[in-house]
Amino acid sequence: MLTSDNAFSTALTLILSMDSALISIVMLSLQVSLMAVLIASLISLPLGAALALWRFPGRNVVIVALNALMGLPPVVAGLCVYLLLSRAGPLGEWGLLFTPTAMVIAQVILVLPIIAALTRQQVEALHSEYAEQLNSLGLTRLRMIPTLLWDARFGLLTVILAGFGRASAEVGAVMIVGGNIDGVTRVMTTSIVLETSKGNLPMALGLGIILLALVTMINAIAHMIGETAKRRLG
Amino acid sequence: MNAYHMPPIAPLELDSVSFIHRGHTLLKPTSLRLAGCQRTLIMGPNGAGKSLLMRLAHGLLTPSSGSVRWQGIQPAQAMVFQRPVLLRRSALDNLTYVLAINKAARSELKALPRKAQAMSALEKFGLAHLAKRPARVLSGGEQQRLALARAWLLNPQVLFLDEPTSALDPAAIKAVEDAVLEFHHSGTRIVMTTHDLHQARRLANDVVFLHNGELLEYTPASDFFTAPTSPEAGAFIRGELVW
Repeated sequence: MLTSDNAFSTALTLILSMDSALISIVMLSLQVSLMAVLIASLISLPLGAALALWRFPGRNVVIVALNALMGLPPVVAGLCVYLLLSRAGPLGEWGLLFTPTAMVIAQVILVLPIIAALTRQQVEALHSEYAEQLNSLGLTRLRMIPTLLWDARFGLLTVILAGFGRASAEVGAVMIVGGNIDGVTRVMTTSIVLETSKGNLPMALGLGIILLALVTMINAIAHMIGETAKRRLG
Repeated sequence: MNAYHMPPIAPLELDSVSFIHRGHTLLKPTSLRLAGCQRTLIMGPNGAGKSLLMRLAHGLLTPSSGSVRWQGIQPAQAMVFQRPVLLRRSALDNLTYVLAINKAARSELKALPRKAQAMSALEKFGLAHLAKRPARVLSGGEQQRLALARAWLLNPQVLFLDEPTSALDPAAIKAVEDAVLEFHHSGTRIVMTTHDLHQARRLANDVVFLHNGELLEYTPASDFFTAPTSPEAGAFIRGELVW
């Protein structure tokens, strides 16, 4: 019978045993999600800022589309990447399906709209405060982007964490494009699905506890960095 | 260097400039020529269009009709706002920031590295001990002095100030007024709005008087305060005209 006691002791045993299979699963999970968040940030922070500063026809359509894509179901994102990368697909020659790279691509698609849409909001709010001063200094909109991103950094840290939360928690996309291959594309969330379907519930819950602990740790580190910087800089 | 050795500052010509926002005429067609190295105070009751006229002159707003032109080479300009807009960085970094984006340094500081230039501006405005402090936790008076130090580093030939002392205590007001005179002494044309008559008497060479979006007077300060030509200006000076 499953008790939470059982799950915790399983989790503890897993951690203490330093099981090499577990460690590789944890490392791959972190690698895929952190890489996806890094790539998505590099694209969507400037993109969101540009969207905040430029007025063009169809801008509202782009904003609504980005906001809607924040709710994109991971399985749909996974399916689209699957179709692109499958042997018969347009990018089939690259041979990326069922590799960690494919998982990163799928997660970038999931994370990018979140970071872009929230960055747009934050930068637009800050710009309404800074606009006159920056115009007075003679800055072009292009040169305002780094200034505004840097001055919005504490808010943007939270935005990036929201993106990381989405990446590390989703299972649908990495399952479809990664395939949950043992030792190659198996990550925390797909392992949990697998163990659950095998009926190994203490193991599934144990893995869940470890995943939660890892995500909490990364958020705690980011929070501490943010708070220290905020205290220093006001 | 004093004002007499500086190249002349290009006059600013506003020709029938008006500003209409959502069907409301906020500034009626106004013609005005600001020349020389004067201290021009734009006066008038609340809502007269003082800040608007200044923003049009500085180029922050585009007029609905008419034109704003510099007759000659457009001079270096800076603006100090009623509520200083400071970046979320230290006081020192706020100054090195403008040095990084603006190539024209003050000639007396040119040889120094950016950080030293910024420090000398902080010292000049009595802020050296606050260099590392986040700019946005400084007091209102310190923030406005930092905004002035920033403008100082931009080495403007024309300095616009929009009600720079309206939220400050008397000591801070004195510091801002001294800084304005210092700017002027170093050859900067001053264009400043205020609704404070005493301040205008202390600072003005000439006065632009606005009422309900209309320019009623542009006269030397001595004439304005002793013999205003419009009844509205007379009432304003006597403290009878609130809006």
